[in-house]
Amino acid sequence: MEQLKTIGRELAMGSQGGFGQSKEFLDLVKSIGEARSKAEEDRIVLSEIDILKRKLLEPDIPKRKMKEYIIRLVYIEMLGHDASFGYIHAVKMTHDDNLLLKRTGYLAVTLFLNEDHDLIILIVNTIQKDLRSDNYLVVCAALNAICRLINEETIPAVLPQVVDLLNHHKEAVRKKAIMALHRFHRKSPSSVSHLISNFRKRLCDNDPGVMGATLCPLFDLITEDVASYKDLVSSFVSILKQVTERRLPKSYDYHQMPAPFIQIKLLKIMALLGSGDKSASEIMYMVLGDLFRKCDSSTNIGNAILYECIRSISCIIPSPKLLEAAADAISKFLKSDSHNLKYMGIDGLGRLIKISPDIAEQHQLAVIDCLEDPDDTLKRKTFELLYKMTKSSNVEVIVDRMIDYMISINDNHYKTEIASRCVELAEQFAPSNQWFIQVIMNKVFEHAGDLVNIKVAHNLMRLIAEGFGEDDDDADSKLRLSAVESYLQIMSEPKLPSLFLQVISWVLGEYGTADGKYSASYISGKLCDVADAYSSDETVKGYAVSALMKIYAFEIASGRKVDVLPECQSLIEELLASHSTDLQQRAYELQALLALDARAVESILPLDASCEDIEVDKDLSFLNGYIQQAIESGAQPYISERERSGMLETTDYHSQDHHEVPSHALRFEAYERPKPSSLRTQASTELVPVPEPSYYSEAHQPISTSSVSERESSEIKLRLDGVKQKWGRPSYQSSTSASSTPPQAANGTSSHPDVGVGSSSLKPRSSYESKKPEIDPEKQRLAASLFGGSSSSRSDRKSSSGGHKPAKGTASKPPKENPIPVQPPPDLLDFGEPTATSVTATDPFKELEGLMDSSSQDGGSTDVMGVLYSDAAPVTTTTSVDSLLSELSDSSKGNPGTYQSQTSKGPNSQEALEKDALVRQMGVNPTSQNPTLFKDLLG
Amino acid sequence: MIKAVMMMNTQGKPRLAKFYDFLVRCLPVEKQQELIRGVFSVLSSRPENVSNFLEIDSLFGPDSRLVYKHYATLYFVLVFDGSENELAMLDLIQVLVETLDKCFSNVCELDIVFNYSKMHTVLDEIVFGGQVLETRSDEVMKAVEEISKSEAASNSISLVPKSVSGWRGGR
Repeated sequence: MEQLKTIGRELAMGSQGGFGQSKEFLDLVKSIGEARSKAEEDRIVLSEIDILKRKLLEPDIPKRKMKEYIIRLVYIEMLGHDASFGYIHAVKMTHDDNLLLKRTGYLAVTLFLNEDHDLIILIVNTIQKDLRSDNYLVVCAALNAICRLINEETIPAVLPQVVDLLNHHKEAVRKKAIMALHRFHRKSPSSVSHLISNFRKRLCDNDPGVMGATLCPLFDLITEDVASYKDLVSSFVSILKQVTERRLPKSYDYHQMPAPFIQIKLLKIMALLGSGDKSASEIMYMVLGDLFRKCDSSTNIGNAILYECIRSISCIIPSPKLLEAAADAISKFLKSDSHNLKYMGIDGLGRLIKISPDIAEQHQLAVIDCLEDPDDTLKRKTFELLYKMTKSSNVEVIVDRMIDYMISINDNHYKTEIASRCVELAEQFAPSNQWFIQVIMNKVFEHAGDLVNIKVAHNLMRLIAEGFGEDDDDADSKLRLSAVESYLQIMSEPKLPSLFLQVISWVLGEYGTADGKYSASYISGKLCDVADAYSSDETVKGYAVSALMKIYAFEIASGRKVDVLPECQSLIEELLASHSTDLQQRAYELQALLALDARAVESILPLDASCEDIEVDKDLSFLNGYIQQAIESGAQPYISERERSGMLETTDYHSQDHHEVPSHALRFEAYERPKPSSLRTQASTELVPVPEPSYYSEAHQPISTSSVSERESSEIKLRLDGVKQKWGRPSYQSSTSASSTPPQAANGTSSHPDVGVGSSSLKPRSSYESKKPEIDPEKQRLAASLFGGSSSSRSDRKSSSGGHKPAKGTASKPPKENPIPVQPPPDLLDFGEPTATSVTATDPFKELEGLMDSSSQDGGSTDVMGVLYSDAAPVTTTTSVDSLLSELSDSSKGNPGTYQSQTSKGPNSQEALEKDALVRQMGVNPTSQNPTLFKDLLG
Repeated sequence: MIKAVMMMNTQGKPRLAKFYDFLVRCLPVEKQQELIRGVFSVLSSRPENVSNFLEIDSLFGPDSRLVYKHYATLYFVLVFDGSENELAMLDLIQVLVETLDKCFSNVCELDIVFNYSKMHTVLDEIVFGGQVLETRSDEVMKAVEEISKSEAASNSISLVPKSVSGWRGGR
């Protein structure tokens, strides 16, 4: 601390010019540095926040001052305090022309905001401008900001410019542009999927740095799809060869190694490409062998490359010679004094033993040493290795070790992991059942019971119940007995994990009295003890009560007289009044069971039947007779909840219910909202008067008797809630009758007549409602042609599109206009765009066809669509169509896709509308410019 | 991919923290602070003379590793996933420190505190969007100096007219 102060003073004297911090900032840092407690620090920071809040409100802050404030904000936020009140000033600062201020602004913004922040939209315009700047430093700053701020929606806004920058004359810019594209790819692969060829192109860049940068995205791409990059194997190998032969400029050396980071990336890529591919692997042998010889194992980076070679060799199909070299390298690592190298050695060993299992033997001692090492990281890595080399011959030792370690650590996360590994190994390799239950399960459960997956407990119970699959009942019952015995012993220990107690209770209930060694009263006494001792744990209590029930049932069934222990009796009585309905029910059931005779009890709880399948009659068909009777005597037939709530909507809500129940309510609202506002904007006379909703319900009531109401859109349903009781009966009936007819027919036929009857106020809706059926087939065809369609519409597509392209062009137009008719009419105004896009669309679509040809039929075309549309994100119509299409493709599986698409339209366009409004407000991205966006992108 | 770069002093005060992982970036500030604190508590419990690697799944999700290096009063920490090489990451810290050393001639904690933006400039030249961009410290230095020069130039130019025309010109 003393040292800090002196240096601070020195600094304050002004030894560091250029970054000109003020005295206030220095004071702030100093006082925080001297704060003795977190509370004191917080106090200081909070008062600083107050000061800054006040200062930022002052008018006409000089820019330099502002920069200083922003740096202070950044500092405050780094200390974990909210500085959001100042974000907007950082955003403003990015607009500045002064490079220093601009960079400060960008820095602050990238630290403050994440990709989803609302303010991002304010920066997009600046970024666009900066990407075009002549000053490459400005461009770099913008690219840097892009990497950290651009989200899926804003990618299209900057994408063309970033692509242009791939050919910038400055290599620093090219490098960063590649990285930015890579980032886009990570963020949203579909948005740049058509640009992937650029990465390949840049691999041949004159500048090795740019080439090296290209390896990063290529690594990702190859990870995703190895097959399409096999042709690059020899290129990568030759690049690596050139690097190792020091063909690169001297400046790329690092600690006397030529471009080590590029080498490592290349090795990683080669590992991917050579995996399981003999011929590709063979191309690599030479260079890998060279590397082993050339690598300087005295430096850290040299070892990094060596390790990477080992890794590659473990992935490809290696030659014996390379394996030998790798084994040598590993033994060097293991013998080293450095923990880091030991760690890498253990890791490498873990990789190599998959190929040559005997390699581990020569290193036994080294591995044991690592296991005993005080370094936790190393220890864990070694356990990982042991886990990989477990066989049935060594499982006991390894698992014992693991359990010991598990007991010794406090880190719950790792404890869980190691416990589940123990269980996994034990399940796989257990030499005997006894061992499995005694050593593994009991120990693991005892010490990490609350951490292991509940599945493990269920597995254990099943294992005990089913035995080991062989038809050896004797062995099974021995196993059970040993389980019971060990559990009775363990039970007396205090504080067992809940999960373990559940297992114990279950096993005691099923098998406690099975072979007569223990009496029912003994076991039930034990179970009562459990329930008493863990009275706050309802699950355990539940298990205990059920176990009691089983034991009594077995007793009754075998004809013995049951005398319930007094403590059991009191337990039951206590539970009869329990707050938990589950426990209460169990207690009542137990009480009822005790009163039954042997025959009944046996059929309720047969002995040792835990493995029998229970057949559940889901349709409750055994009640059919009863229902029939009730209906005959005049009862109403049951109407499912869905029909009851959805009866007023058109049938398309039905099909939606299956898939989109959770979003139903949300969509509903979003669908309606634009109406009033748009009514205002569209002052046309043909349209419904403004106070429509209220008018509606009034007008609606007189008509509703004639079953008009039933086919109305969701809006009325809201108002009808109260009315339902009055008009409920007829509409119930009609809706059931409608649902019995095919949904499409119901939609078409019933909506038309209704409309005719309806008053004038109904007209706008009816007109768009009646349009639905007309759109359906086209939309279906579009969906089919774009996405390969659902199984039901596939045949349709084949006959209609016939495989020739122009059909696609025409087919893809309807959905564009689609949202318009289905939308509440006034939305037309807001859109304005559709006409424009359909005019300009001719060009992109031609391009689209070209792209589609080259790409694979199904997946490719969806991608291209996605890209095309998301590129035009600011054009609201297209985005909505885009997301709509993707939804269509999702939902059309096994369901008539048309219905979904209609219902999902509302919210989408709503969202799009809002976004559009926002975009306009911000003045970002004049939408009319989008055609050029297309061109840039595709050209 | 590199998920995070952190610097903190031996008392656990963060000196620089930059997250590249989408998931972590979207966390609220407090959660990020928790991560930093979590990392520090792990680091501070490590004895001397052990490896510089840690598996840190519990904080940063599956397959997360951490490499750290302890210099004087500072911890330099890199968090990354399985697509990076631990030893290479250790050297990346070395590159970063070497570069800072050149930048500030004998770097110390105070330099890092007071030259926040320069720190970030250096880091941005080395790690870009979670990928290693440049490992030649000379190149990084060159870039940083160019930026500083250019900033200084634009600053001196705009010094005089800034207050008058700056606001109008800017927007």
